[in-house]
Amino acid sequence: MADRLYRLVVIVISIFTFVVIAYPLYFIVIASFSNSTMVNQGDVIFFPKGINFYGYEKIFVDSRIWQGYLNTIIYTVFGTLLNLVITIPAAYSLSRREFRARKIIMPLFVFTMYFSGGMIPTYLLFRDLHLLNTPWVMIINGAVSVYNLIITRTFFESSIPDDLHEAALLDGCSHFRYLASVVTPLSKAVISVIALYYAVGHWNDFFNPLLYLNSDHLQPLQIILRNILLSNQAFADGAGSGAGAGAGSYAQQYADQIKFAVIIVSTVPLLVVYPFIQKYFEKGVMIGAVKG
Amino acid sequence: MKSMQKGNYQLWILVLPALIYIAVFAYGPMYGIQLAFRDFDFSKGFTGGDWAGFKYFEQYFNSPMFWPTLRNTFVIAFFSILLGFPMPILLALVINSIKNNKYKRILQTTVYMPYFISTVVMVALLQILLSPSTGVLDLFLKTFHLVPADVNLLGNPSAFVPVYVLSGIWQVCGWNSIIFIAALSTVETQLYDAAKIDGANRWQIVWNVEIPAIMPTIIILLILNMGSMLSVGFEKTFLMQNSLNKPVSEVISTYVFNVGVKSNQYSFGSAVGLFNTVVNFMFLMLANSVAQKSSNISLM
Repeated sequence: MADRLYRLVVIVISIFTFVVIAYPLYFIVIASFSNSTMVNQGDVIFFPKGINFYGYEKIFVDSRIWQGYLNTIIYTVFGTLLNLVITIPAAYSLSRREFRARKIIMPLFVFTMYFSGGMIPTYLLFRDLHLLNTPWVMIINGAVSVYNLIITRTFFESSIPDDLHEAALLDGCSHFRYLASVVTPLSKAVISVIALYYAVGHWNDFFNPLLYLNSDHLQPLQIILRNILLSNQAFADGAGSGAGAGAGSYAQQYADQIKFAVIIVSTVPLLVVYPFIQKYFEKGVMIGAVKG
Repeated sequence: MKSMQKGNYQLWILVLPALIYIAVFAYGPMYGIQLAFRDFDFSKGFTGGDWAGFKYFEQYFNSPMFWPTLRNTFVIAFFSILLGFPMPILLALVINSIKNNKYKRILQTTVYMPYFISTVVMVALLQILLSPSTGVLDLFLKTFHLVPADVNLLGNPSAFVPVYVLSGIWQVCGWNSIIFIAALSTVETQLYDAAKIDGANRWQIVWNVEIPAIMPTIIILLILNMGSMLSVGFEKTFLMQNSLNKPVSEVISTYVFNVGVKSNQYSFGSAVGLFNTVVNFMFLMLANSVAQKSSNISLM
């Protein structure tokens, strides 16, 4: 009896959670290609109505979005590469027991997770290094996340047998070569997890460009999105220009539809990548946070 | 022995880039904290101005914005932890007891998904879904009388904290459950079998087997959450802020941005920021020592 009640509670909670989380996502998708008047009147609930792709068409001709897209891709690709190139070797060193200095280095790293200089001193440091308003600030900033470093180090310590290292050492293998040809290929799981963490961080970064960039041509997608989605400097002027007031109000009517489409276009790349990496999540997160 | 030393030299090279990064970009700004105790002078930079002692701290403590920013930060952080912390644990227990693997996978994939939505998009979603004239969610909540019909969920100051906290749970609850699901997966099947033989029902298994098994994880995460209690997310607060909700949405970090960066009051901004960091750090230490005394679990 108690067990049956338990099963019922589990089913009810899981269905409730599923609906509450999935429905808004589903709604955005169907609203992005439905007639926006019908959406606004609350007619679009389960299925798209008055199907049209006006929102997407508008996005395809908006150069700001593509510039933002391009900038975000550049920052994400190079930023993530730099992250991995710095994090993996450091995690390897810190995982080696014979590396005595790790007892000093590790606490120095961990301390920065809990205590920082704060917004203003960091801003002034970037200013003094002449990194403000350059693409470099978006790539270099956050080059190492101590959290990801700990996840990776713990994975190296616990999942790669030490015997391998001894064997390699006997064969005259250097640390460089051992890391490149033994450790890295064996660590695909943790590397994909931290690569995803880093890439999501770069892709969704809003705070750093807000603070450190002011040229229009450097702005990443998130800043453009904010202008379109939240400040409504959207398409009222863009679509209206050259076509008179009538076209402006026409654009306003469709503003929400454009917003839905923008949301989808900007989020899809992450949602496409993540199911492939999902199977590694639990392992990666578990190793890093529970044992770390 | 020789090869050991050679090896160590290689290990130093491998760790060096990270070491340099941390030294420059994490400890560099910490060195710059002295700005909070100096009068910032543009021509002299970081550490050139004259010492000002605690002038800027006093200025903040005595300013009319001290209590509002501190209170708003605390209220948002408190409710985020109070409501947001138990949810992922509950969700993990639920997911863990689903036997149907296909349904389990679909559920997990779905609940992780909102985590990948950026803060900008998240806030835009709230604005679209909660719009008093056209929002679907607003319509739903009002049709079922879950909120009073005359409340504007985007502008009303009393709606700001619930909207902030609940949308935060919507976004990260699934993601945060991963770690508890992972911890639950390590519970040995013998423990379940033993409990069943002792006649435990499913509820008793949750209380006596599963929760004790994930308790260390719960405590460590709680300590970590306490440590970042006052670093209430700048991005979301900043993006949700409007003239109507400003009395409840101005938190310490948005205040630092507004007075420090936007109005170039670098010393004052640094002092406010440092106050925030120190209080955070004290919370972390406090939570850590309480946990250590009560259960022998600690971070350090």
